[in-house]
Amino acid sequence: MFDSPSDVTERLAAVDYLSDDAISTSVYLAAALGKPLLVEGPAGVGKTQLAKAVAQATAADLVRLQCYEGLDEARALYEWNYKKQLLRIQATSADDDIFTEEFLLERPLLKAIRSDKPTVLLIDEMDKADVEVEGLLLELLSDFQVTIPELGTIAATRRPYVVLTSNATRELSEALKRRCLYLHIEYPTPERERDIVLAQVPTIRADLAEQLARTVATLRALELKKAPSVAETVDWANTLLALGRDDLDEATVAGTLGVVLKHSSDHERAIKQLGLPHA
Amino acid sequence: MREPGSLVDRHIGFVHALREAGVPVSLAEGLDAANALRVIELSDRESLRAAYAATLVKKPAYRPGFDVLFDLWFPSSTTGLAAERAPEDLDPRTAPVAELRAHLARLLADSTDLELRAFAQAMVERFGRQDSGPGRQNWFSYSVMRALSPETLMATILREVLQGRERGGLAEKTVRRRVQDNTRRFEEAVATDVRRRIAEDSGIERIARSAVRPPLDQIDFLRVTRDDLARLRREVHPLARRLAARLTIRQRKGRRGRLDFRKTVRASLQSGGVPLTTHFRPPRPHRPELVILCDTSDSVSSFAHFTLLLTYALREQFTKVRAFGFVDTVDEITRFFQPGADVVEAMTRLANEADMVRFGRTNYGHALERFAERHGDALGPRTSLLILGDARSNYQPPALDVLKSLVSGCRHAYWLNPEPRAQWDTGDSVASDYATVVPMHECRNVAQLTAFIETLA
Repeated sequence: MFDSPSDVTERLAAVDYLSDDAISTSVYLAAALGKPLLVEGPAGVGKTQLAKAVAQATAADLVRLQCYEGLDEARALYEWNYKKQLLRIQATSADDDIFTEEFLLERPLLKAIRSDKPTVLLIDEMDKADVEVEGLLLELLSDFQVTIPELGTIAATRRPYVVLTSNATRELSEALKRRCLYLHIEYPTPERERDIVLAQVPTIRADLAEQLARTVATLRALELKKAPSVAETVDWANTLLALGRDDLDEATVAGTLGVVLKHSSDHERAIKQLGLPHA
Repeated sequence: MREPGSLVDRHIGFVHALREAGVPVSLAEGLDAANALRVIELSDRESLRAAYAATLVKKPAYRPGFDVLFDLWFPSSTTGLAAERAPEDLDPRTAPVAELRAHLARLLADSTDLELRAFAQAMVERFGRQDSGPGRQNWFSYSVMRALSPETLMATILREVLQGRERGGLAEKTVRRRVQDNTRRFEEAVATDVRRRIAEDSGIERIARSAVRPPLDQIDFLRVTRDDLARLRREVHPLARRLAARLTIRQRKGRRGRLDFRKTVRASLQSGGVPLTTHFRPPRPHRPELVILCDTSDSVSSFAHFTLLLTYALREQFTKVRAFGFVDTVDEITRFFQPGADVVEAMTRLANEADMVRFGRTNYGHALERFAERHGDALGPRTSLLILGDARSNYQPPALDVLKSLVSGCRHAYWLNPEPRAQWDTGDSVASDYATVVPMHECRNVAQLTAFIETLA
């Protein structure tokens, strides 16, 4: 898929995703070693975006499995089409085999395995799913195959590129982590964040983007309940553009703080610690 | 046959050191890392670091230790750096200290990692060496820091960067933070280089053992530094969220509620009135009332603070939380933890405003008596009582009977002691006496605290 980590950097940059050394190397290794990539980090640092960017950069299909509490086999892997089976039994003699391909409903995981085109499988917010789902994934992640009791084992025709994301609201099991490469994405450095803002909001002036990135870094250094995410920085840039401000002075920051800080205690803290005027 | 000192040996040594430092690296993960070495460019040190991190380190808490060990096992080459050094007339070996400090000030204001590291290495070379006997030398980072004292450069940098702009505003705050960050990076770079030099002189294994700090959730509450405490506070909310998620999942899984008659009958229509599938109401969540009685004296304050914060962040898991603090008398401190209140501020206000001190020396007996007298009605048959403290009462009477009567009035009682079990009953500790009345748990770090809270809710 990729030739080298720097190749990853270039091709991700071509689809407007700015990576850094750690991200590029991990993405490259996941492709080169054929292992799933587990991406963790605070909300809003671009974990899901990374999977999308990889799919776009390699012109692969993106198959997405959004995890939630109560997600089960029938919705993640496959399901038998009961209605069709019932009709078949009623219509023909009873000894007909009703457990064949024909009656199988594909769900995201099976679809990713059976696809013969290059595929990126995104398993999003893994930590939201129950522990049992992890067990379900183990076979898929280590051997890229799925066992359906009635049909036998279905091996991948073409190994999908698997990305799992997690906000770490719960610790994923050791067994799952062992099978994956691990990438922890932190908030970007001010330099990288400036470049991200410039890439996402091309009309913004470079020095304003720089000011913005440094201010956000200052905000993150405060002990906040919820530190501003990268997405919120971009929102902030858009807000400033919409308001027609071209300098980030105290009054502007105080007036638009709501775009990045979403708890009232965080607001008060920022205003006090940074000496902002009350909006 | 492999030659000694080959890449494989180095790899094995590194993996071994990681395990010794408490990073769990499985055999399979070690193999993954070895495989990764085959496909990446080995001469690029940062990509080597990223490859090792991706395959071996699967928890952010292990990352700092990993970085220290990586720098020891795969030290950056010092020969290539000279070319990349800033093209200046500054010769780090001979230049006067004032010029070096001026250069450092420029670097702290704005620089790349590489420049900062190169300068740190040159400075260790010049100031870090101390001879310790004939033909032997030792390396220290404090002598570098003392010579350059980067923390005193702030005023100069601010004057330079702000250039007459108004002081005290947002601009200054931003610059300050950046300089502080860079100072920290410089200190780290110096420490890394000192470790590298010591390793060169006397072997990697020797330094590796002492260089790695335990991961955050293993740090002893009683030995926590101010930096660690700030980092811990930052962990409170994620940790609480993680705990809360696990607790609700367990609750939902655990019991079934009463039969939902209406829903069952409704469902039975599909099967001709025969109730084939039964439906149940969701279980009534069991939420204990929690009363926390905590020792806020200096010796255990960081432990008490963290635990209070965590229980408050977990407020939804309990119907009601009330907290009382004591040193030698007791006061209710619930009011400092209003929802949405600022964490840091709550802690300072707590220390200044609450009336917990009479003579200033911890007295468990008196505190318990006052608690029973003034706030005894806080405890009821649905309350869990949680006592936090080291049970060191300065040889005052422990008032066991009072505690006994308090405990008999509530549903559960627990005592969390931040001291290691081996130190209980030494000196003025009356831990086992109290432990006969209230089950006492050792709770030295975040990992143990987490495990305890899971059993509680």
